[in-house]
Amino acid sequence: MLEKALQGGPKYWLWMILLAAVIGAGSLCYYTQLIYGLGITGMSRDVTWGLYIAQFTFLVGVAASAVMVVLPYYLHNYKAFSKITILGEFIAISAVIMCLLFVIVDIGQPMRAVNMVLYPSPRSILFWDMVVLNGYLVLNVVISRVTMGAERKGVKPPAWIRPVIVLSIPWAVSIHTVTAFIYCGLGARPFWLTAILAPRFLASAFSAGPALLILLCLLMRRLTKFDAGDEPIQKLSIIVAYAMAANVFFVALELFTALYSASPEHIAPFQYMFLGLEGKHKLAPWVWTSQSMGILALVLLIVPRTRKNMRILALACIGLNIALWIDKGMAMVVTGFVPSPLGHVTEYTPTPPEIMIAIGIYAIGLFILTGLCRIALSLRGQLEA
Amino acid sequence: MHDGGKIMGGLAVFFALLLFPVWNNLAQGKADYRPNPQILPKGNCVESREYMLSSHMDLLNTWRDQVVRQDKRIYVSTLDGKEHLMSLSKTCLGCHTNKAEFCDQCHTYMNVAPYCWDCHVDPQANK
Amino acid sequence: MSFNRRDFLKLTGLGAVSAVAARAAAAFPFFGGAPGAVKAETNAKTAKRWAMVVDLTKCKENCTDCIDACHTTHNVPDFGDDKRHEVKWIWKEPYKQSFPDQENEFLKDDLSERRVLVFCNHCQNPPCTRVCPTRATWKRPEDGIVMMDWHRCIGCRYCMAACPYGSRSFNWLDPRPHIKTITPDYPTRTRGVVEKCNFCDSRLAQGQMPACVEACKDRALIFGDLEAPDSPVRQILRERFSIRRKPELGTQPQVYYVV
Ligand code: SF4
Ligand code: SF4
Ligand code: SF4
Repeated sequence: MLEKALQGGPKYWLWMILLAAVIGAGSLCYYTQLIYGLGITGMSRDVTWGLYIAQFTFLVGVAASAVMVVLPYYLHNYKAFSKITILGEFIAISAVIMCLLFVIVDIGQPMRAVNMVLYPSPRSILFWDMVVLNGYLVLNVVISRVTMGAERKGVKPPAWIRPVIVLSIPWAVSIHTVTAFIYCGLGARPFWLTAILAPRFLASAFSAGPALLILLCLLMRRLTKFDAGDEPIQKLSIIVAYAMAANVFFVALELFTALYSASPEHIAPFQYMFLGLEGKHKLAPWVWTSQSMGILALVLLIVPRTRKNMRILALACIGLNIALWIDKGMAMVVTGFVPSPLGHVTEYTPTPPEIMIAIGIYAIGLFILTGLCRIALSLRGQLEA
Repeated sequence: MHDGGKIMGGLAVFFALLLFPVWNNLAQGKADYRPNPQILPKGNCVESREYMLSSHMDLLNTWRDQVVRQDKRIYVSTLDGKEHLMSLSKTCLGCHTNKAEFCDQCHTYMNVAPYCWDCHVDPQANK
Repeated sequence: MSFNRRDFLKLTGLGAVSAVAARAAAAFPFFGGAPGAVKAETNAKTAKRWAMVVDLTKCKENCTDCIDACHTTHNVPDFGDDKRHEVKWIWKEPYKQSFPDQENEFLKDDLSERRVLVFCNHCQNPPCTRVCPTRATWKRPEDGIVMMDWHRCIGCRYCMAACPYGSRSFNWLDPRPHIKTITPDYPTRTRGVVEKCNFCDSRLAQGQMPACVEACKDRALIFGDLEAPDSPVRQILRERFSIRRKPELGTQPQVYYVV
């Protein structure tokens, strides 16, 4: 089946070559990092996690969000999603692979990563995260292979795959919950020490992921003969709107608890995020951008007239993803380290090689996603329009 | 298909180039090169010569885990019951003071790069 | 042709996987053990629960003897003004930063301006060891020292996020060029691993007191066994008022401060 990824026109190959070039540039930067150490990044003794772990967190959410098409289709037999379920699974596969790569580039001794398997430590949440992420990858690879194989032969998928699919639903929730547990179980970091972190992660994931899926559908409608149809896109946009509303609500809850209790250690990180501390406020403009874009996108998604306009819907989905990416892919992780346990305010700015490595990993994800979509399209005979 | 000869010729040139290091060494009479680690001290090592030759890495691995993780620092030799401090810098390099002519000889030949020396200090090199 | 694109992809995939596996296997040979027996040193200093008392009434404001002793003994690199990549095991922090929960607006003059020695607390209930995915950092059951295994640490820095005291440092760069004089008896570290104070475990094993304790001429650092009722640490804690850093977190620090 994989060989289908090797067939395509010049546009397809140009795109793949472009991605390969970006991957090459990222690999070169990673090679430099291997030689000099993580000192080439912007991280420091006070801010020990940065861009890499933040992307990891964001992408776990994207991966988990496949459940928002799998669940209605398989559990509620919602037929409109029949064509796009496989796309959700493909996004999940490429997102999990990117997650694992972001962990690898973040650790100081990648050659020793096997130690996590050789000396399993069930008390560590990172250990469980490794288990659930790899499990989720295997589940999605198996499910998409089996269902597509059946489709190619024009038969029904074997009966044993159904329990596997049903298992993948709670599993998707688990990957993002366990990822939230990495943060929210640390007494040392008051900003993360909140029970609402896991629900908040899930809510933002369930709006960002389906919004990406909408964008992917719209893009494929323009570039290929594949048309998901308006109904599933509209259904997805409602899911996006509800999940985003829940996310905004959860953020408001957090702000209330911190600000009204006036507990200094809970206020300080929020103060750094929105206003800055000790005259250091690099993050503040980003956070304000994220908040205002998020609210604007939410309004556009809630009002039926704007939501039903495909142009505006696309814009809202883009804005929403930028907003949530800033929130999770930058602010959430960094703010946990400011101020430090000793009250110091150290700011973090990713360096160019660090950013290039991150872009390289995104290119790997896109490469895989494009290849997988290619396979699905050629099976269905729906290549270029 | 009339290119059989060209293909064969091309392949021959390719392999000749690929194997350059081999025939070059043969031509220079260096093909029977053997590493020659300099064992300075006269007496016994902590275990027999044969054991050390084949399995010193097993021994060092045990030493490392015992010292770091079990706080056991004394090794009792099966050769003569003598006790040794399990220390790479002090015990091993205490006798074999010539890391470059001892450790590195075979390691370089075998192209293995144990990362011991990223952290452990060769007292000679830091004089 | 029987060799099609499908086979090609499979073969390249297989090739890539086996190349990576071979690299990994080379880095992790599955060793056998050594034939001989092992045992602890006979003159080692032992305790059921090691602890330190810092007597702030004796510690002199501008003295750095203990810091210098520790950092020289343990080959701790000095990155100068490069605070981002700083590595430190023991250092001084203003009183208000060391004890944020004791932040009274009006304090005894000698305290409010004070800089306090801080280092790993060897917590009885350490969050850093709980989160480590490889058990590269762990609490020794025999004597309570929170250890680091620099051979095993993968450098994920989860322990640094979990420590509420900022006691841990990461080697962002190769430390060797930044060590002024290398002490050959003690290993340096390599880039990509985490390090911190280890209560001088290898000095204790050789019957010596911690380097910082030995270096302090004013006897402001008192080291001993908390489980032994007549140990020097128990004695001073009986007689003087002491505080610990962030006790509300339940980590149970084993470093006490006499104020
Ligand atoms: S002070 Fe920090 S590093 Fe030391 S034991 Fe406590 S939590 Fe761990
Ligand atoms: S950085 Fe090292 S010691 Fe710390 S949690 Fe990770 S593996 Fe464990
Ligand atoms: S006990 Fe040892 S390692 Fe810890 S600060 Fe003192 S000298 Fe340094």
